[in-house]
Parts: sequence; structure tokens; C-alpha cells
Amino acid sequence: MSDWRRAELRARTPESTTARTLHLTVDGWPGHLPGQHVDVRLTADDGYRAVRSYSLSAPADGDRIEISVQPAPFGEVSPYLAEDFPVGAGIEVKGPLGGWFVWKPERPGPVLLVAGGSGIAPLAAMLRARLDLGDAGPPFHLAYSLRDPGQRWFGALLDGIAEAEDPAVTAACLYTRTAPPGHPRPVGRITAADLDLPGFRPADGALAFVCGPTAFVEKAANLLVHLGHRPDRVRTERFG
Amino acid sequence: MATLTPGFHGHRRTRGDRLPPGQFRTEDFPVLSAGPTPEVPLDRWEFTLTTEDGEQHRWTWEQFQALPQQDVTTDLHCVTRWSKFDTRWRGVSLDTLLEGVATGARFALAECHGGYTTNLPLDDLRGGKAWIAHTYDGEPLAAEHGGPARLLVPHLYFWKSAKWISGITLGRTDRRGFWEQFGYHDYGDPWREQRTWND
Repeated sequence: MSDWRRAELRARTPESTTARTLHLTVDGWPGHLPGQHVDVRLTADDGYRAVRSYSLSAPADGDRIEISVQPAPFGEVSPYLAEDFPVGAGIEVKGPLGGWFVWKPERPGPVLLVAGGSGIAPLAAMLRARLDLGDAGPPFHLAYSLRDPGQRWFGALLDGIAEAEDPAVTAACLYTRTAPPGHPRPVGRITAADLDLPGFRPADGALAFVCGPTAFVEKAANLLVHLGHRPDRVRTERFG
Repeated sequence: MATLTPGFHGHRRTRGDRLPPGQFRTEDFPVLSAGPTPEVPLDRWEFTLTTEDGEQHRWTWEQFQALPQQDVTTDLHCVTRWSKFDTRWRGVSLDTLLEGVATGARFALAECHGGYTTNLPLDDLRGGKAWIAHTYDGEPLAAEHGGPARLLVPHLYFWKSAKWISGITLGRTDRRGFWEQFGYHDYGDPWREQRTWND
């Protein structure tokens, strides 16, 4: 479908000091798969329009969708969405889009999620869809590279995973600049050791999803290939 | 329209007639790929043109570099909505590669290291509209942008300009490539906004 649908902002919640998740309802939303994205169209009073793509950060839930926005300095669209777009106001949405960077909950086999910064957004949708499956779901691990604890998006989701202590669903924060006190991993960029995990190796049939800025995705995807993962089982989404 | 996105003004970048509908101009060179960046050593690089009858024409990197080279300055339009103006490339025209190749084919499928494919009409590879490019902005094309060599078909959305190209197979019928199977348009004209199947 290439139709634009009207959407309304219901709530805006913080992910960091600057990033926000926008909770929208969309007229006639057909549902989506975790990992898919939408185009968002903004229209000014005089008809000027701008369109941007955002990953959906929550799995399908009726007519509700969530996108998570990091305002770019001097950006045309993201600062408006994160700061000024009023709750109750309308916007247009096209989608769902994308058929490759998706996790289908019926797929058996372990899944390794590798996020760099705001690249966590589509992976959070996959992680939530996995948690919805309960004990029936496959093993999931999230390796989340981020600068410091203030940049940790989806804190409640990650805290919930840590508290559940379910060995089938785990998450590790890889702090690159500042870690919280007592954090077990030394501060630094992602390494092969962060991705070479029992249960998520090539022989386990793991499927990897890597999302983040270009330099991060290049590095993480190359580490996975050098660990022996088949390139067609390393799905990537880059931005910037 | 006054009820939509109140308070949104935008940056009013001058559109001119160079920016196709639904695009915005960027000064960056974003990278989009479905998987890891393959490593393709030059001593094993080869470009293979296969006709609809299975006849193959092959060039090694050395032979490819000995062909007539062209400099191209062009605008790029990515389906993810960024456009980049005045990009500078160097490479071999598909007209040069197709010279002396006997074919009645109408379609082409570009094939790449890493398994990526994309389909386009053969006519869109002829007539000074398409190149195999190996140099960007005076430097060897970086791997994440498709190096050692990529297809360059700038009048179509940029996913048609396949990275890490290894060959082109000609056919009498159109066979869908990678993104085309996932819903992207078979032709992909940015001026007609042919992004997905229904456009």
C-alpha cells in the first residue's frame, strides 16, 4: 500500500535527555512486523512538505505505533517531532515499509541483536515481540553499544530483562565512554568477544540484526562475518 | 492542510528543478546495504557479461582498467529520500562493455559479490546512461560505497546502482532483483516517485 494515512500523536515519552518516543494512533493501520519502518510526512500551513523514515520501535498493537526520535542538531524534522509537535495533532504516515530487516516471530532459531546508539529502535520492537512469546520463544541476545548511561533508550524494557534473569532473553550494554559504577565490562568499542556468545554462534543457526550509524554497522557486521556467520544471516540497517 | 502538523515550517530549501518529488538534499553520502560489506581483492576481481544465450564476456581488473574511461558528474537520488548533487565518478560506460555483444535481450540483472541483485531494462544501460564506476571524487571507491566497482545508473533510484558488482546477465524476460522481490519498483524512476510496486 502506498497510501498516506492520518495519524495522531497520543503521547510523547523520554528515552534520554533529548530523545523521545512518539506514541501515535493511525487510521486503518494494517499492522507490521518487528523491524519495519514508516515514512512520516509533515505539512506546513502553506503546503510545504517534508518526509522522513523512522523505524517502528514497538511490535504491532492494533492502530497504535511507536517511533523513537533523536533530534539532529539543526535538523528540519527531528527537532520538531521530538520537541514541538503537539499531542493531539495530526501527521501522515505511510507503511509499513521494508521486507528484509524484519524478524518473523514464527521463525525458530536464536537471534542476535546488535545496536549502536539510536539503532536500538527497530531492535527494541523485535525484543518486545520476542518477550510477548514467553517461554515458547527462541533465544535472544541484545548487544547494545552506547556512549554513556544517559543515552540508554528503552530503560524499562532493559531493566525488565535484567530482573527476569531468563537465560533465553539477555541484554548487555556496551558502554563506549562512561559506564555506570560496577559495570562488569570495561568501557570501549564493540569487540568480537561481545558477539562470540554460546548459543548465538554460526553453528547454532543464529540470525543477526545489526542497526546503527554506518561506521558501527560496518565494524559489527565485519566482526560477525569473521566469527563465521554467513553474510546472508547478518542483516543490516545503517543510517547517517 | 492547516490542521496537520501545526507549527511545522521546514527549512524551505530551494527546490529548483533538480530535486525530484519527496526528496531532500544532503551533503553527506549515506550508506545503505542489506548486509555486511564484502571484501573483494582486486587480483580476484572479474566482471562477467552473460547474454541470454549464455555467451560470456569477461574482464579482469587490469583489462577493465585498459578500457576507455569516462568522467561523470551527476546527481544521485536514493529511495530513502536523500539526494546528493554533483557527485564525481570515473568508470567504464556500459556502451563500451556492450560493444560487439550480440543480444536481443530487453532486460538486465546486475549481480554482486555478497549476493545482491537488481533488475533493469537493458535500454537503461545504453546510450551514455550507465557505467561501472571504480573512482569516486578522485579516490578509489570505498568498500562501503560499493568498491572496488559498482554499477552507476543515476537516472534511476540509487538501489539500482548495485554495489560490488560482479556481472550482468541479459534476458528476454524481467527477473526481479533483491529489493524488487521485497516490494521495490521494477523500474524506479525518481521523477515519477516509483518507489514500490504500487507506485
